[in-house]
Amino acid sequence: MTRQQVLDLYFLDARHKLIEVAAFLDRVERAGGKDDFRFKAFKTAITELSSTKKQKAKSVLLKFSDLSTKPIEKATTKAACGAVQG
Amino acid sequence: MRYIEPHAHMVSRVTDDYERMALSGCEAVCEPAFWAGFDRSAVAGFHDYFSQLTEHEPKRAAKFGVKHFCWLCINSKEAEDVKLAEEVIRLVPQFLDRPNVLGIGEIGLNKNSRNELRVLEMQVDLAAKYNQLILVHTPHLEDKLKGTKLILDVLKNHRRIKPERVIIDHVEEHTVEMVLDQGMWAGMTLYPETKCTPARAIDILEIYGNERLWLNSACDWGVSDPLAVPKTALEMKRRGHLAAAIEKVVFQNPKIFLSQSKNFKL
Repeated sequence: MTRQQVLDLYFLDARHKLIEVAAFLDRVERAGGKDDFRFKAFKTAITELSSTKKQKAKSVLLKFSDLSTKPIEKATTKAACGAVQG
Repeated sequence: MRYIEPHAHMVSRVTDDYERMALSGCEAVCEPAFWAGFDRSAVAGFHDYFSQLTEHEPKRAAKFGVKHFCWLCINSKEAEDVKLAEEVIRLVPQFLDRPNVLGIGEIGLNKNSRNELRVLEMQVDLAAKYNQLILVHTPHLEDKLKGTKLILDVLKNHRRIKPERVIIDHVEEHTVEMVLDQGMWAGMTLYPETKCTPARAIDILEIYGNERLWLNSACDWGVSDPLAVPKTALEMKRRGHLAAAIEKVVFQNPKIFLSQSKNFKL
């Protein structure tokens, strides 16, 4: 596809998702409460969107990823939550 | 367009889904053993589940002209109980000669714990012992990168495992390259919120090529779409991919990999 074709196919969808992200940020900031590691991770990941790196999706995923290498002692939960605490 | 659904948990789907899949061109569905949403309390639960995968589901699929195949294992979410896992692993060989069994899967990691790793290693040994294909589940979200690396270390260090007989599923942009670099297959899962989207999966195909990659829905008891693969095929068409290129990804690639099992016959 040409750049024009990519934009023709995906611009409106991406625009919608960007507004959703902006509204999510507004919603979190409007709500009271303690700091949350997930929001911290989200704000860090979002900076990747303005970078000049080629693989922004990969960069965002890496910002949310556990970069440690050793297995944990015991699984105490079943679910993942989307970001790494601590 | 004909397609193969290489990863769908049909035990958790209604029969209408088989009809919709058949209408959309599905010729075969492959169902890995997975977590039911709760921990099974005893090995008898797994026995019944394996019976369901090898006896009941193929009949349900056949009503719509869809061939059903399955994989067997204890999944990573139930792997903290190593004693139970060992019992289940001892049970699996009894089912390996059933005509729709493709291999051991979906094994893998969930939270990347020591016990999960131990159970993964035992099941890789089982697959090697019985010369079975392997289908791997990689962890969700923040655990995926670490888990994929741990899994690849287990597999590449096993002298009897051939990489071309392993599919690492649920890859995303940050894990696909390391899987393909090891000579293994990579599955892109089209699942809401926690995994890939059609657009991103096609981006990955356009960047890495269409060898050793497949698409799947991994539809299950969560909010998921059993038609995610044909919908992605349509998305490929919208982007200008030709019919032959689309069929390669949604039909030929799964067929190539799965035909390494003597039981995979269309």
